[in-house]
This record gives sequence, structure tokens and C-alpha cells, in this order.
Amino acid sequence: MSQLLEAFSWLADPTRWSGTDGIPTRLLEHLWYTALGVVVAAVIAVPIGLLVGHTGRGRGLVVALSGAARALPTLGLITLFGLWLGIGLKAPILAFVVLAIPSLLAGAYSAVESVDPRTVDAARAQGMTEWQILSRVEVPLGLPLLISGFRLAIVQVVATVMLASYIGNGGLGRFIFLGLQLQDYPQMLAGSILVVALALVLDVALRVLERLLAPRGAARG
Amino acid sequence: MIRFDHVGKTYPGGTTAVEDFSLTIDSHASVVLVGTSGSGKTTLMRMVNRMVDPTSGRVLIDDEDVAGVDPVKLRRSIGYVMQASGLLPHRTVAENVATVPLLEGVSRRRSRSRALALLEMVGLDHRLGDRYPSQLSGGQQQRVGVARALASDPNILLMDEPFGAVDPIVRAELQKELLRLQSELGKTILFVTHDIDEAFLIGEQVVILRPGGEIAQQGTPAEILADPADDFVESFVGSGVGKRALHVDEVSGQQVVLDAGDRPVGVLREGSRS
Ligand SMILES: Nc1ncnc2c1ncn2[C@@H]1O[C@H](COP(=O)(O)OP(=O)(O)OP(=O)(O)O)[C@@H](O)[C@H]1O
Ligand SMILES: [Mg+2]
Repeated sequence: MSQLLEAFSWLADPTRWSGTDGIPTRLLEHLWYTALGVVVAAVIAVPIGLLVGHTGRGRGLVVALSGAARALPTLGLITLFGLWLGIGLKAPILAFVVLAIPSLLAGAYSAVESVDPRTVDAARAQGMTEWQILSRVEVPLGLPLLISGFRLAIVQVVATVMLASYIGNGGLGRFIFLGLQLQDYPQMLAGSILVVALALVLDVALRVLERLLAPRGAARG
Repeated sequence: MIRFDHVGKTYPGGTTAVEDFSLTIDSHASVVLVGTSGSGKTTLMRMVNRMVDPTSGRVLIDDEDVAGVDPVKLRRSIGYVMQASGLLPHRTVAENVATVPLLEGVSRRRSRSRALALLEMVGLDHRLGDRYPSQLSGGQQQRVGVARALASDPNILLMDEPFGAVDPIVRAELQKELLRLQSELGKTILFVTHDIDEAFLIGEQVVILRPGGEIAQQGTPAEILADPADDFVESFVGSGVGKRALHVDEVSGQQVVLDAGDRPVGVLREGSRS
């Protein structure tokens, strides 16, 4: 209990809120790593997921690969990629990409699959091209599921990005690993609190976005 | 003119929906395909806009085989009203009606004013244009479906049980509206239903189908009623022992018309209409 109080007083210390190794800098680094990982993953996973959802082909393969990727321990991946790519940002980002892909893939193909096949049939019968069906019917109607895929990916990566500090990068994980080294438990705890708070805030914000972007006119659950 | 030339369709699963079907539909005519569920009506209709490609035979529109026409272009040139309206739930009624004009690059403003005019034409208040389909009744949605099918001013109108899901009163209204529209527009209409009364009302020509898309009888409603080809047609149109064999009885001084089961279906008035 007293350690928790000490952690909060560590956080309340104004000197921690400025400078190149202050909380704001680490927070921005943390968000930056998260964005990098999720964006790269999205560039790979979203088009594939949409295509699988639209054509119905390759679903089995994608589900199997996602399942396999989910089972990989991220710390192990970072270590492995670190041995291969060396110290720096590349290895952890690559690991976050692997971490984010399954949620994004699932979000993308389930978004398309959630659209009533009769609506898709009607769109096709009116003379929409396959691309128009995807971009004007399936994506807008499936948008909430697509975003919830992003939300899951972001929350997973945000919680894991602290591992980047494990091989010498910035981010909120710095406080945790530094605290561990120095046996400064309040600092460790404060770092953890920051990570948890960030994950919660992002989760809520993205849930709100999901609501706002739900297609008008479509029945809401 | 639409011509089915010995078309057949066997679906990938192995179901043969249509064996060997031939029919010519003259321009500006309205032809109704009628038959029991699963007799291949929808399959035949969807061959016209290439939503289904026949596994044998050809479909020709004005002597051109549709197999050689780009399906997207073909579909935009043919009006198609579907059984369950098939409106896009995330677009307003006006946007739904304007689907094809918008796809064809007509400006937003012009498509919208055309859409609103079409809504009025099918008997809807143009103010419904800004609603979403889920905010309309089933009957209103079907009217929107008809308006959408008319939006690109197509020569051909395909209508697949368009009034199947609405109550009898609304249904009768919609049928009347369709007849009015047709007398103004003179489209080539291919209409599908399993309701023989609707078929006789809408169709100049009626084609009665057996399962497998086999034609049991084809002709004007009067021809079919007067001379059913066989027992199947007879039971289908309900002549002979059915409800169309009427007799008159006198009840409280009125000439009441009764069907074969002695249920009253109307009152006889002499010379009330001329
Ligand atoms: N996409 C499909 N794949 C496999 N079989 C199909 C498909 N569409 C239709 N069928 C089968 O083909 C047969 C004819 O179907 P179709 O939809 O043409 O009948 P219909 O006369 O329109 O019936 P309904 O009055 O019920 O609409 C049925 O046995 C149906 O199960
Ligand atoms: Mg049908």
C-alpha cells in the first residue's frame, strides 16, 4: 500500500513531467512505437482481411495463421528479432506488427462477413463493380467491426510496447526496466500505472469512435 | 425483346433449377412467370441481367447474346426489383433511388432531383427521400425498390415477387400503381410471382412453370382460364372444381356469387358498369 502511495508521489513530482527522459517524452515515444507497429500491421492485414471477407477465399488459411501468430510469445519474438536485427527499434516494431496482425485481420474479414449477403447481392444486381461493393457497401456497413479490430490491436500493442525498452529503446517501459535495475519499486509501479492508464484511455476513446462511425440507418445492436 | 433460347441451369451443388427453357418476350410487353416455389423463376429472371449465367443455351436482348455483354454495364441498363427490397441500409431513400445515376457519374444534385421525382411517381411523398430504409414500412420500401429500378430509365424491368412481402391491401394498391406506371412507361416487364391472381392481373402473357422451369402453359390470362392445358394448370389456376367455378344464389333479394365451396365472393349487379 505504501509502495502504491510512493508510486503516486513519484508521479506527482513535477520534475518528472519535463526533460528528455520525463513522462511526456516517454509517453510520446510509447504512442509513436504503438502507431508504427499498428500502422505497418494494418497496411498488411487490412487489405488481406477485406479481400478474404469479400471473396470468402483463403479464410481457413488466414484463421490458422492468425491463431499461430497469437500463440507466439512477444518477448521471445523481440529477443529473437533482436538477435537478428540488433539493438534498436526494428526488432520490437517487427514483433508488435506480428502481435497486431491477427486482431486486424479478424476485424477486417469479420467486418465484411457481417454484411447481409442479400444487401451485397442487391448492390451487385444494381451494377456495382466488385470494388464498389467493397468500398461503398461492405466497408461502410462493417466499419464498427473493422474499428474494433483496430481497438484490440492498439490495446494489445500499447500494453506490450514497454518491452521495447527491454532492448534499449524509450517508451514508458523505460521506467519499469530502470526501476527493476535500480530496485526502485515505486518507479516501476508508476511506469506500470502509466501503461495501464494509457491502454484504458485508448480503449474508451476507440469504443466511442466505433459508436460515432456506425453507419446511420443501420439497426444498432 | 428478350429471348430465352434453350437455356438450362445446373448449380454447382448439382441442383438443376432449369432444364431447357425457351421463351420470347416482345418489347413493351409484360410477361409473368408463375409457378410453385423452386420452379426456377428467380433463376430464369437473373439470367437476363447475368446475375446467373446459364449452363446451357443463351439469353438474347434485342438479338444480342448477354454472355458477351459486360455484366456491370448490363445490370445498370436493366431495372431490377427484388423480393425483399434490397435497399442499402446505410444510404438514404433518395440516395438508394439514385444508385445507378450516381454510379454513372450523374451529378449529386441532378440525381437527387431525379430521385425525388421518381418517389412522387411511385406514389411516395418526396420528403421520405431523406429517411433511411429502416424508417419505412415494407410497402413503402417496395415502392422505393420500384423507383430505384426506374432511375436509369431502363427499357427492361425485372420484378421478382416485388409485392410478396406486403399485406393484401397494400399489395392490391401496389399492383394498381404498377399497371398505371406501365400504361405510361411501356417498359418490357418480366415479372415473377407464385400468386396466380397477381399473374393474371399484371401479365399480358402468363407463363405457368412446372419444377425445372418446364412450361406447363403459356398464353393470355383468358386463354389459360378458358382452356387449361392439363390437370396441373387446372389445379394451379383453380378452375374446374376450384374457386373460379362460381355460381349465383339469391340471398335477401340480392344475387350473391358463391364459389365451389359455397363461400360468398361477391354480389351480382346487372349493367352496373358499361
Ligand atoms: N445459388 C444457388 N445455388 C444452388 N442452388 C440454387 C441456387 N439458387 C437456386 N437454387 C436452387 O434452384 C432451384 C430453383 O430456384 P429458384 O430460386 O430459381 O426458384 P423460384 O422459382 O424463384 O422459387 P421461389 O418461388 O421460392 O422464389 C431450387 O431448387 C433452388 O434450391
Ligand atoms: Mg424466387
